[in-house]
Amino acid sequence: MAERYELKSKEVWDGNTAASHALRQAQVDVVAAYPITPSTPIVQNYAQFLADGYVDGEFVMVESEHSAMSACVGAAAAGGRVATATSSQGYALMVEVLYQASGMRLPIVMTVVNRALASPLNIHGDHGDLYLGRDAGWIHLIANNPQEAYDMTLCAFKIAEDERVRLPVTTNQDGFLVSHTAQVVEPLQDEVAYKFIGDYKPMNPMLDTKNPQTYGAQTEEEWHFEFKASQHKALMESSKVIDEVFAEFEKVSGRKYNRVESYKIEDADVAIVVMGSAYETAMVAVERAREEGIKAGLVMPRSFRPFPYNEIAEKLRNVKAIAALDRSCPMGAMGALYNEVSGALSANGQSAIMTNYIFGLGGRDTTVEHILEVIKETDKNAKAGKRVTDLQGFINLRGPKLSFN
Amino acid sequence: MKKITNLKEFACTPDRFQGGHRLCPGCAHGMIVREVVNATDDDLVISTATGCLEVCSAIYPYTSWDVSWLHIGFENAAAGISGAEAMYKALSRKNRSYNPDKNVKFVAFGGDGGTYDIGFQSLSGATERGHDFLYVCLDNEGYMNTGGQRSSSTPVGAHTTTSPRGRVSYGEKNRKKDLTMIMAAHGCPYVATAVPGTKHWKDLATKAAKAISTVGPTFINALSPCTTEWKFKPEDTTEIADLAVETCMFPLYEIEDGHKLTITYRPKQKIPVEEYLGRQGRFAHLFKPENKWVIEEIQKQIDEYWEYLQRREEAGV
Ligand SMILES: Cc1ncc(C[n+]2csc(CCOP(=O)(O)OP(=O)(O)O)c2C)c(N)n1
Ligand code: SF4
Repeated sequence: MAERYELKSKEVWDGNTAASHALRQAQVDVVAAYPITPSTPIVQNYAQFLADGYVDGEFVMVESEHSAMSACVGAAAAGGRVATATSSQGYALMVEVLYQASGMRLPIVMTVVNRALASPLNIHGDHGDLYLGRDAGWIHLIANNPQEAYDMTLCAFKIAEDERVRLPVTTNQDGFLVSHTAQVVEPLQDEVAYKFIGDYKPMNPMLDTKNPQTYGAQTEEEWHFEFKASQHKALMESSKVIDEVFAEFEKVSGRKYNRVESYKIEDADVAIVVMGSAYETAMVAVERAREEGIKAGLVMPRSFRPFPYNEIAEKLRNVKAIAALDRSCPMGAMGALYNEVSGALSANGQSAIMTNYIFGLGGRDTTVEHILEVIKETDKNAKAGKRVTDLQGFINLRGPKLSFN
Repeated sequence: MKKITNLKEFACTPDRFQGGHRLCPGCAHGMIVREVVNATDDDLVISTATGCLEVCSAIYPYTSWDVSWLHIGFENAAAGISGAEAMYKALSRKNRSYNPDKNVKFVAFGGDGGTYDIGFQSLSGATERGHDFLYVCLDNEGYMNTGGQRSSSTPVGAHTTTSPRGRVSYGEKNRKKDLTMIMAAHGCPYVATAVPGTKHWKDLATKAAKAISTVGPTFINALSPCTTEWKFKPEDTTEIADLAVETCMFPLYEIEDGHKLTITYRPKQKIPVEEYLGRQGRFAHLFKPENKWVIEEIQKQIDEYWEYLQRREEAGV
């Protein structure tokens, strides 16, 4: 039995420490991992928890991320709680196995500390990796600070393991900006956290050898489509479970989370849609814009998959102009968030003038002033009643202004 | 460890790998798998790499596997089984084991492509980490599921679709990777070669029983004659396997603790390699006058290697 870890009611944790404590409190049975900046401390902390007797699961220190996720798949199919963490190239190396994990409906939890994808090599934060795994069939939750990194990871286990879901979940946090930024975090006590998540509920465990299971079979034309459609259904319908888990989490923690978060959106004319730590920067920018007389508001999908189309559209029902900010360069298109938001609006018969901004690649600073500038440009569109600014702009990019129309 | 006695008794073991799969008639994969899974009475959890065995044995809604079975991808059978084995350890320690009265053993199967090539990294990693599992390579010396391409196990002179014979080519030019020795060099407690069939059935079954009951990572490299791509008649599979042993093209031996080598079968009289090559379409072009030197070269390599094995056994190191 693992030792109890004495936690203060307020701890000073960075995002990595926060995530690793969530793994510890979940008493994960198998962690299989491979280190990569900036997620490495999660793995190191876990190794130390093990060395100090605070966890008694198996820690499999594999030879690559491909094997990390493969071992997670084997362990989860065997029938117990499984978690890992990665970033960037490590995530890229896992991609093949991400699809296999979700296709087998295995409730693995992975903290992704978001980081740019090479080339050029860069260890800092952007959402290149988050978007890479977009269609892999995992639930994606977004955490904007260490407190949320902790809270989302606890929730992730409960969502993933719910028998209506049984899908793998990533909790995303921005590299360095969250992973290495220490803040005050209010953790739950171990017993409370574990009770919230609950004991692992096995479904078709391979280790129940009395009832042999076949995992990862081949399907041909007559079945493949049905498998994929039912997997998609489970992911779409996980929204309900996410809502329930967030509501339960509020009861134990007092902290309320929503699949779509917003700030001052109720009476806004212009809206910023953004994911990750920039959400908090944008909050300040919204305040400043309001001081200057622009009715600005802010929206963020906390679950990027399943994407909350109707809830986002509802939040944006009354705005005239929207800027969707993507922390990843889409290469030949609008950013993913722009596309999702415009899809959400059109599906609900709404229209607003939409623009796309690319920001923060490879850890590039995005300040309150930068976002305030975007709000002002968006306000021009709102006032003109049509788009008078460029379709896609780049925030804080050196050199001549880059934009596409 | 299960006692392997006589063939009749062994053959009566209830099948845990059922017939009705879609392997080609005469395919050695099924024979090897059946012998391995029947070599233990313990419960089994099996992983299989992408390849002929996988695509032929578990096509939804059917499965030939009467044991728990997992396929993830081409290169990760060893990583996948290491995760399952880790979970078994964790749950046993936490008293949450699903079937506490039974021992569970872990076995991975991969073709030579999934083992010598793309899966080598994960196999090496899982072995180094000391997981308690047996890895069986079904060595048919090529990528057969994708239509007979070369692998690093393809022997010199063999025609494959990516090392074809042609006007200026005699087929595969590189020497077959010596994976068995590489696995031994990992310090595995037990490593062996084996062939399917009736003549050496006991050798394979005993080795499998030994490997499964040994704690730690063990490895068996099993030659798996492929009727389709080696081009021989389906009824000749075991004869071809036997010829590989009698010519010393595929010698039978085992290595314990990474160093102690024992030859488990010695041909009374080593047969010239032509006998083996001549029975398979993939080597037919070697019998043209301009390619005769390749056969001589293969014979030379075989002789040298056989000599090496014998000396190593004698030396006891
Ligand atoms: C990552 C990846 N690359 C390529 C393939 C295509 N592929 C499937 S099976 C196979 C060859 C299998 O050969 P081998 O491992 O020798 O097994 P065999 O079919 O000969 O038994 C290949 C190339 C794949 N499934 N995955
Ligand atoms: S192609 Fe060869 S290895 Fe594959 S199933 Fe047929 S005989 Fe067996």
